[in-house]
Amino acid sequence: MLSRTADHLYWMARYTERAENIARMLDVNYQMSLLPQGGDIMEQSWIATLSISDLMEVYQRKHDTVTPAKALAFMAFNRDNPSSIYSCLAAARENARAVRGTLTSEAWETLNSTWIDMRKAVTRYSLGAEIADFFEWVKYRSHLTRGVIQGTMLRDEAYHFTWLGTYLERADNTARILDVKYHLLLPRGEGAGGVVDYYQWSALLRSVSAFAIYRKVYRDLITPRRVAELLILTDDMPRSMHRCMSQVYMHLMAIANSQSAETERRAGEMHASLLFGRIDSILEMGLHEYLAEFLARVADLGERISQDFLVPSAIR
Amino acid sequence: MAAPTPYNEMHAAEGGVRTHYQAFDKWLASTSTEWLSQKRAEADMLFHRVGITFAVYGEEAGSERLIPFDVVPRIIPADEWRKLAAGLKQRVRALNAFTEDIYHDQNILKAGHIPAEQVLKNSQYRPEMQGVDVPNGIYAHIAGVDIVRAGAGEFYVLEDNLRVPSGVSYMLEDRRMMMRLFPELFVHYPIAPVEHYPDLLLENLRSVSPVGVNDPTVVVLTPGSYNSAYFEHAFLAQQMGVELVEGKDLFVNDGFVYMRTTRGPKRVDVIYRRIDDDFLDPLAFRADSMLGVPGLLSAYRAGHVTIANAIGTGVADDKSIYPYVPDMIRFYLSEEPLLNNVPTYMLRQEEDLKYTLAHLDELVVKEVHGAGGYGMLIGPSASKEQIAAFRERIIAEPAKYIAQPTLALSACPTFVESGIAPRHIDLRPFVLSGKEVTLVPGGLTRVALREGSLVVNSSQGGGTKDTWVLER
Repeated sequence: MLSRTADHLYWMARYTERAENIARMLDVNYQMSLLPQGGDIMEQSWIATLSISDLMEVYQRKHDTVTPAKALAFMAFNRDNPSSIYSCLAAARENARAVRGTLTSEAWETLNSTWIDMRKAVTRYSLGAEIADFFEWVKYRSHLTRGVIQGTMLRDEAYHFTWLGTYLERADNTARILDVKYHLLLPRGEGAGGVVDYYQWSALLRSVSAFAIYRKVYRDLITPRRVAELLILTDDMPRSMHRCMSQVYMHLMAIANSQSAETERRAGEMHASLLFGRIDSILEMGLHEYLAEFLARVADLGERISQDFLVPSAIR
Repeated sequence: MAAPTPYNEMHAAEGGVRTHYQAFDKWLASTSTEWLSQKRAEADMLFHRVGITFAVYGEEAGSERLIPFDVVPRIIPADEWRKLAAGLKQRVRALNAFTEDIYHDQNILKAGHIPAEQVLKNSQYRPEMQGVDVPNGIYAHIAGVDIVRAGAGEFYVLEDNLRVPSGVSYMLEDRRMMMRLFPELFVHYPIAPVEHYPDLLLENLRSVSPVGVNDPTVVVLTPGSYNSAYFEHAFLAQQMGVELVEGKDLFVNDGFVYMRTTRGPKRVDVIYRRIDDDFLDPLAFRADSMLGVPGLLSAYRAGHVTIANAIGTGVADDKSIYPYVPDMIRFYLSEEPLLNNVPTYMLRQEEDLKYTLAHLDELVVKEVHGAGGYGMLIGPSASKEQIAAFRERIIAEPAKYIAQPTLALSACPTFVESGIAPRHIDLRPFVLSGKEVTLVPGGLTRVALREGSLVVNSSQGGGTKDTWVLER
């Protein structure tokens, strides 16, 4: 297939996934803000959210102070923020439009309808209690997009590039969500087990649809160590870093070409270290350090994929 | 000058509904305006969702416009279509023969039917094409011939569009929309199908591949997703199952054209281009073109790739050449033209210029190279100031213009603000030339939605209608 087509599909998938994960991250912030706690924890939480998304600078160009309402509006609807849900869905749709002939008409119409409704959403949802409905809607449209791709697209290269983008983005995003929340929550004490802690950790798990999974896997109290283990190392958890990297590796092998051997090796190496890794050694190394290195390797993989298969032309 | 009453497609002058509209009329009488409005809103919503839209330059990305779709179909009876189709095929055969002749022996010039300087000094004449053989001698693989009805209902050819005619996707999508909105109507009428157009187009493009290529790779070349016709480019590529490429996806190596794929270069044999000649190859034509493929012309001249339509077809659809098409038909085919040309004054000729300047308030004056309804004066509806301004432009450069009598374009009932009312229409059927000349029974009907307007171009407030050719 055309390199440019592959590039657009890959970015279409990445932006769709990113929009969903931003919605998840904002949702957990919002849910936490409903719990009884000090205002500075909320402020810290938003600062952390902006920092982990590398958006503090863009934000500060517009606002002097970090307040939940301002930060929420900035991350959900702001057009100048390239990582807002609005901008991600716009970019997903523009990339899809550039290759609409390669997508099935169902897939294209799903992405296009999402965008048409996103434009209306800016005025439809207030930043109060309704915002949770908006996040639900974003997640729902993302599920629908993946479902229609899964259910209608030919299993050819286009399909593999699309999923490669989805899982690489998800690997990145899960690592970021874990990084930002883990460190905000941890000082409150390992295994302290207070009511507030319980809600905080369960909100984090819910943000990656992992609350029920945690219950099933551990049948025990929620502890930070297990949360980290679940989101990093558990292969059957669909949003864990391990799961994402095994999918990245699989789709990468399906599109391998004559110059991609080193990229395959690096993806395989990342996958293997998650497959055989132990949570204790990760925590020993320092979770933040571990996640930072992981994010750097994901970024490296992304660049290598661009070099080996794509041409830099997608709408970003 | 009082405008003559136009031919009405549905209602006969003597009163009463024409036979082929009677079933529709009965159906229409059973519908309410509210229901039709609702259906039209549904159509708008669907067109938006499917993305049958065009981006408007300078507006926010993602905000796109629709070309208005009218729910009243234009119906053409079987016998009228037979005559039209025969005339269209004849005309396109002659135009292809003319283009081949011009780029080879120039017999028609030698025989004195057309002044040589009018062809060879035309800006659309491409000397680069002189002596180049193209597969099957076909230059205009896809022609979108604009037809109007005037007077008592005679068909006239208004323009032969032989460069990159667009609109065929609307022909197909309008049909799909009508079938979705009003399936009951299709029970009452034997409507000829048009849905196989993309198959015919692909077969046609494959039939003109370079010599020795058995299983040609066909691509559609688009200027990109910001082009106003991008939807159509993507649509045709998808319907044909071929790649939609931009100039930067292609490159020329050792005289062959390749596309950049995830598995390395892949050879391309036939390019259905939707980019004007000027932008095709920055080494040969406009050097500032970012849309083209450097070296494409040389690969083409070497016969290693087919470009559809061929480079240089503009010389045959130029408005200054148009008056000679009936002569071409006689010269190349030894047949009498089946379709009328509109009488045309060529302002490069002194007598015609004199006449035109004296009758500007009655005539339509067009730029020879103009398109899209721009650079045009419609005398009867122009103000004194507009006429005076245009007069100066004509006197400054008479050869740039032609003039034609104002035709009372036929009118078709159309669903507008005030209900169902007549609006002027034209018709663009798409004629395909490869091993043979074919066309699907139908075309794009464009309608001028403003009352009294004769301008059907979508860029100037025109809409579209489904076009029904009846099978019996």
